[in-house]
Amino acid sequence: MAFIAGLSRVSQNVILQKITAVYVEIFRGTSLIVQLFWLYYAIPMLFGIQLGSNWWTGVIAIGLNYGAYLSEVVRGSILAVDKGQTEASIALNMSSFQRMRLIILPQAVRMMLPEFGNYSIQMLKATSLVSLIGMRDILYYGDIMRSTNLSQAPLIYVFVLLVYFVLALPLIWLTRKGEANSKKGVAS
Amino acid sequence: MSKTIVTEIEKINKSTEPIVKYQNVTKSYGDFHVLKGINLDIHPGEKIAVIGPSGSGKTTIIRMLMTLEEPTSGDIIVNGTNLWKMEKSGSMIRANEKHLREVRGDIGMVFQHFNLFPHMTILENCMSAPIHVKKENKDEVRERSVQMLGRVGLGDKLDFYPSQLSGGQKQRVAMARALVMRPKIMLFDEVTSALDPELVGEVLEVIRDIAQNDDMAMVLVTHEMDFALDIADKVLFLDQGVIAEQGTATEVLEHSTNERLQNFLRRFRKV
Repeated sequence: MAFIAGLSRVSQNVILQKITAVYVEIFRGTSLIVQLFWLYYAIPMLFGIQLGSNWWTGVIAIGLNYGAYLSEVVRGSILAVDKGQTEASIALNMSSFQRMRLIILPQAVRMMLPEFGNYSIQMLKATSLVSLIGMRDILYYGDIMRSTNLSQAPLIYVFVLLVYFVLALPLIWLTRKGEANSKKGVAS
Repeated sequence: MSKTIVTEIEKINKSTEPIVKYQNVTKSYGDFHVLKGINLDIHPGEKIAVIGPSGSGKTTIIRMLMTLEEPTSGDIIVNGTNLWKMEKSGSMIRANEKHLREVRGDIGMVFQHFNLFPHMTILENCMSAPIHVKKENKDEVRERSVQMLGRVGLGDKLDFYPSQLSGGQKQRVAMARALVMRPKIMLFDEVTSALDPELVGEVLEVIRDIAQNDDMAMVLVTHEMDFALDIADKVLFLDQGVIAEQGTATEVLEHSTNERLQNFLRRFRKV
């Protein structure tokens, strides 16, 4: 989602640019919880469209929301690649598609990685919101456990935090790995 | 190749049609008129040096030919085809990318800041365009790239990344990368200006080698007067957006009576 929107933002097609700009601003500018409720409660009522299970609703809402944020990361990284790179690839007679695929994106992705890592961890944590549309996630189970033994609340929440942290660890590790990988041949 | 044969070839070349023609080309940025009507023919195999004060539009001339900047008015004809305009249902309209790609295929360029691709080894830098743009056979391209990198003296560094090289080495890779595409016209945009003084020589040596042994046309935007004098068939002095003086290197650099050129050269030689 992020790549599609990010690339559309830097494309030369004005209509595409405008449409994605509207998408990005709407989804960045409103709260994820409200978007979730919209998708889960409002849209089915207004248009009679069912987005499938609440699992799918959660995936779509979080995907659209973070896609909007990440598209800005994609756009920023693409624009941050030195203009000389584009010029050199024009001088080698590459098409605009080849320039993007062979020259610009490989360099832009390197710049995106730290931000992508950041957002993917945030996204993982944002999944706790889906408990609000009736999905059973970690927080949901934590709440159930708490309601059965109220005195244990602090302990249960510590446990929930730990679970999130453990889930995030591989993501943190993966980003580090990716960054190291893409550093080859690039100074600074 | 002996000197006499070279001159013979040049004579033959010059009797042929120009490979590039600038017809009253202008370029403005808003109210700032960089180029005010350039007329210039480049013949196959011709070596042209462009000199002039900074801001005189030297670089803009070759950037327009490389399609990096669009002329404000006028035409650039490459191999008989208008570069920036194409015909559509009887009238000439602004060229699209497909048209530009077809026409600029014979042109190569070397930049002041090298612009090597940092995520590729120098061998990959050389190989990517022939493989992806010209769809040539990979093994053949590899062989040619290795040979070309050997020619510029970097045959032992094929798997190095650009960040591991000195400025002079980077610029030599950039030349090899352009040469592997077998251009008919090579453009050099102040290729030694970003280099430490002690690295200039090795780059000029490669240019000299290309100038003497390859039959492509070359346009050098340069501040290396003596070098220009040495290899150029024709020297252009660009001043205030027009070609103020042109001729053989000796004519322009030594016998011109143009006052602004004299001033320019004096300032230059004082340094």
